[in-house]
Parts: sequence; C-alpha cells; structure tokens
Amino acid sequence: MIEINGLSKSFGKVEALKDLTLTIPSGQVYGLIGPNGAGKTTAMSILATLQTAGGGSAMVNGLNVITEPAKVRRMIGYMPDFFGVYDGLTAQEYLSFFASAYHIPENKHHQLVNDLLELVNLQEKHDSYVDNLSRGMKQRLALARCLVHDPQVLILDEPASGLDPRARAEVKEIVRQLKNMGKTVLISSHILPELSEICDQVGILKNGSLVASGPVSEITNGGQNARVISIEVENGLPEMIEHINGYPGVIKVNQTNTGARLIFKGEQKAQGALLKELVQEGYPVLQFAVQSGSLEDAFMAVTGEGKSND
Amino acid sequence: MINTNPVLLKELRQRFRSFKASLILFIYLLVIGGFVLGFMYLNWRQEAVVFNPSQSREIFAMLSVAQLILLGFVTPGLTAGSISGERERQTLNVLLTTELRPAGIIFSKMISSCAFTILLITATLPLFSIVLMYGGVSPSQLWGVFGFYLVSMYLFAAVGMACSTFFRRTGISTVTSYGITAFIGAGTVFLAAFIYEVSRGNVYPRPEGVPLSVQFLVDINPVVVLMRILGEGPPFGVSENWLLPYWLVYTVFYLVVGTLLLIWSSKRLNPLRRSKL
Ligand SMILES: Nc1ncnc2c1ncn2[C@@H]1O[C@H](COP(=O)(O)OP(=O)(O)O)[C@@H](O)[C@H]1O
Ligand SMILES: [Mg+2]
Repeated sequence: MIEINGLSKSFGKVEALKDLTLTIPSGQVYGLIGPNGAGKTTAMSILATLQTAGGGSAMVNGLNVITEPAKVRRMIGYMPDFFGVYDGLTAQEYLSFFASAYHIPENKHHQLVNDLLELVNLQEKHDSYVDNLSRGMKQRLALARCLVHDPQVLILDEPASGLDPRARAEVKEIVRQLKNMGKTVLISSHILPELSEICDQVGILKNGSLVASGPVSEITNGGQNARVISIEVENGLPEMIEHINGYPGVIKVNQTNTGARLIFKGEQKAQGALLKELVQEGYPVLQFAVQSGSLEDAFMAVTGEGKSND
Repeated sequence: MINTNPVLLKELRQRFRSFKASLILFIYLLVIGGFVLGFMYLNWRQEAVVFNPSQSREIFAMLSVAQLILLGFVTPGLTAGSISGERERQTLNVLLTTELRPAGIIFSKMISSCAFTILLITATLPLFSIVLMYGGVSPSQLWGVFGFYLVSMYLFAAVGMACSTFFRRTGISTVTSYGITAFIGAGTVFLAAFIYEVSRGNVYPRPEGVPLSVQFLVDINPVVVLMRILGEGPPFGVSENWLLPYWLVYTVFYLVVGTLLLIWSSKRLNPLRRSKL
C-alpha cells in the first residue's frame, strides 16, 4: 500500500512535484506515466527514502518514508532509472552481496540466489561477471536484486526504457509475475502502451502534478468516462478551440495538424451536447469522432506531447 | 566480521581481485626498492667498504620519508573515490536503500582501503630490515615508524573519505584530498616557520620561547614527527614534549581528527539528512 498525499518538491526554482496525491492499494500495479522531466523519478526516489520532500507526506504500508526510512527500506525494492553494477563481481556474488546488505543469513544465500536468477531467467549467468552482461540482462538482474529481501512493495523507475522489444517483453513478463506474487508495484514509463497491459491503474504525470488517474480502462478512450475526441472543422479552428475550452466535460484541448483533439470526460449525453453546441454556434464541423486508439493517444492528448519514439 | 560486513567483503574482493591492485603493489615496491638499493649502490661505489651505522641511519631516514610520501599519495588516492566513485557509477543510491547504514558503508570502505595500504607497508618491511641490519637504528625505532605509518594512514584515508562524500566527482575529490594531505605534510611546517619568524620580530635580544601555535604545528607535521622518531631534535627550538610526548600529541590529534571526519562523512552520506550543497 502506497499513499502519497500533497507531496511537493522543488529544486531551486524548478517545481519537480506539485501537490501530488495518489493511493495504490496493496497488490496492485500502478503505472506512472509522464514525459521526461514530469517528476516520476523525483516521486519515486522520495518513496525510496533517497530524498526529502518539500511538503506533504508519503507512506509505504502506513510508514512515513521521511521519519521511518529504515523500516520503509525493509519493505521496498527500488530500481532506479539509471544504475550501474559493480565490476569484478559475478551475478551470484552480486545478489549475495545485496542479500547480506539486508542481513539475510549466509546459509540461505545459495537457495535464494538460485531462485531469483530463475525468476528473471538468468540461471545460466550464475557465474558470469555482471559488468559483462547485456543491458537487458543487467536490467533483469537488477529486478532480481530488488527482490532479495522479499519486499512487499516494488518501485521500478522506467525498468523497460532503452531496451529492445524482446528485452522489454521479458521485463514486462517479470512484472506480471510480481503481480501474481501479490506485490504492490509502482512502475514508471514515458511511453504508455508498454504499461497498459500490466497495470491495474495508471496515473499521468505532467509538470509534477497528476493530470489523470484511474483504472486503465477509464483512461483509455474505451472507458465510460475519459476519451479522446477528435474534431475537424472547415474553418475557425482557433475560435472553436477557445470556445470549447472549459466546456463541461472537456478536460483538455490540443490543436493538431488537422483539427483539435480533446480529452472528454462525461456521459454520452454530454458528448452529444457538446456536438450540438458546436453546430449551434455555427462551426462547420467536418468530423466529430471518439478515437478508438490506444492509451497512448489519451496520454499524448493529455500531456500535449508529440509522438514519442521512445 | 566479514560475515557481518557485506560491503567490506565486496570491496576486498573487488580490490584484491583487480589487476590494478597488483600493479600498484608492484610499482610501489619498485619505487621504494629502487630508491633504497640505488642509494646503497651509490654509497658503495663511493666508499667500497661496508656501511657504517651513520650512513645506514641516513638511508633508513630517507627510506622512511620516501614511504611516507608514497603513503601520502596512495592512501587518499584509494579512499578519495570510494563514495564519489559509487555515485559516478550510479551504484550508491541502491546501496543506500538497503539496510546498510551510512556509517557501516564508510567504515567498511575505510577498512578495505586501509587493508590494502597495510599490505603495501608490510611488503616494504624486508627492505627496512635490510637497512636495519647495518645498525644505526634500533628495532624499537622501526616499530615506532610503522606505528606512525598506521596513524598517518588513518588520517590520510579519512581525509580522502571525507572529500569523497563531500564532492560529487572523484577527480575533484582526489585533487582536494591531495591538497589537504600536502598541507598537512608540508604546509604545516612552512606555516610554523612563518609564524616563528614573524614572532621573533627584529628586536634584540630575541624573546625566549616560541608561540604555542608553532609548537602545535611542528607536533602535527608528519615529516618532523617521523624525523624525531628517528632521533632528530625538534626544529625552531620548540620543546621536546609539550603536555604529552610529541608522538602522542601527533597520534591523539590525528586519531581524533580522522574519527571526526569519518563521523561527518557518515552524516553526509545519509540521504535524508544531507544538507544541500
Ligand atoms: N537533483 C536535482 N537537481 C535539480 N533539478 C532536478 C533534480 N532532480 C530533478 N530535477 C528536476 O525536476 C524535474 C523532474 O525531474 P524527474 O523527477 O527526474 O522527472 P522524470 O523522472 O519524470 O523524467 C525536472 O525538471 C528536473 O530537471
Ligand atoms: Mg526519470
């Protein structure tokens, strides 16, 4: 269980987090999505007891990460966005080192290391030096490392970034197994599709605040509530955008090459009312369509980013 | 002890397994050995007779100072990258989220660096013994010198450790630790000389006694203390022993300073208490 309440953090003039509030129930996988610089790493490193917060609170299983860091560390497994491995150590020694760092008795290491390597499918790398592993393997080894002390909560900062599709699928598979093991997982990414399948909930972070949050189905336009609507008009696009901005149900509007895309939240009826409004106001509407796209569309629309190519 | 100190075990493994370790040991012995044997050879060519004790004492003194200088380079060099190196290799954060306490991390890294330095010192013992055989120096002086090395090594290592925790970059950390080490090794005695000269002024007759600051600076200068262990008198007419025997002043002062530096390092390493800098 992770509870973040009104969390804020500034670096000089940069407000990395602004009043971030979110709750992740036990056993759920929560995807934190946002472009680079959104504040994902900052939020996660505060949860991982590596940074103080500017304001607000963050709790892991009811323990405050700032005032009880030692207890929190026992409960979490943290994987940073960028990390190195030690040279001159084998995979087995590497994991065994971290097992000792969590005071796990020496006589349990052998079994533990074998189990972990099996979980991340690196059994055959037992005696390989970690600095010689491929990036994907290092990433999986780091996932194994997060698990040495069998933490209930995992904080994984962009575990799949920079990996080729195959390695990414492997990471995803491991996260799926973690979910089956009943772990609570907070996972981040700057691209959304890779999380949509494995997450119970996603939150979209932009400039340090959550701009949307909810079950995957709700964020995607297939859900009953939020959806992406694209509108094309023959002319008068800027005026139209101005007009519908702030209209009930319209969360955000972006201008695109051909028209406007908006995030709309509300019932079907309200959607109809919006269309009616546009027509009544005399905008020459060519197209008014609910996008049947992916979660990424919703994300792009919300954060106003161009197409990201990982 | 090794069971309860994963960082120590890992550090020892990494350090002693690496090629770099053997290389440092080799070069270290080469420099010191070449220095002594070369000097002996030159002496021998000049006189072509067996050494006399006073010559042997001279060689012993030069050997001791040479080793001190090498220690001044090697020890801070080993610790100056210990924390900043983890930071640069991006392994520090993960380490800090484990149950290891910052003080434990500092302590283990300190021990592993010192273990290596002690190996270097020990490896030069035979050289010292060869010189010792020619007389002029007593075995108790030899032990005094090695005890002195341990204290100095502790200080140099603590200086490197503190710089390593303070600075993000190993390069800056290393340069700063060498700067501080150089100040301790040479700066203190220059400062003492300066204060001594200024305090005497131009008045005649010259005042009796020397300022306490001069006495103190002389007592904490490693080169001066080393020479005094080898039987030289103190410079600037400072008293032989001030409150405590000179070597005890040195030992106590640097053990305390080193320990304070290590405690400070541990505090700084704690991510939640670190002041912004
Ligand atoms: N240590 C730091 N010092 C100064 N600015 C920082 C620091 N860490 C993060 N920031 C700033 O905070 C913002 C959020 O960064 P971050 O949390 O790393 O975002 P993300 O992980 O979503 O890419 C960015 O504008 C970044 O420049
Ligand atoms: Mg990040």
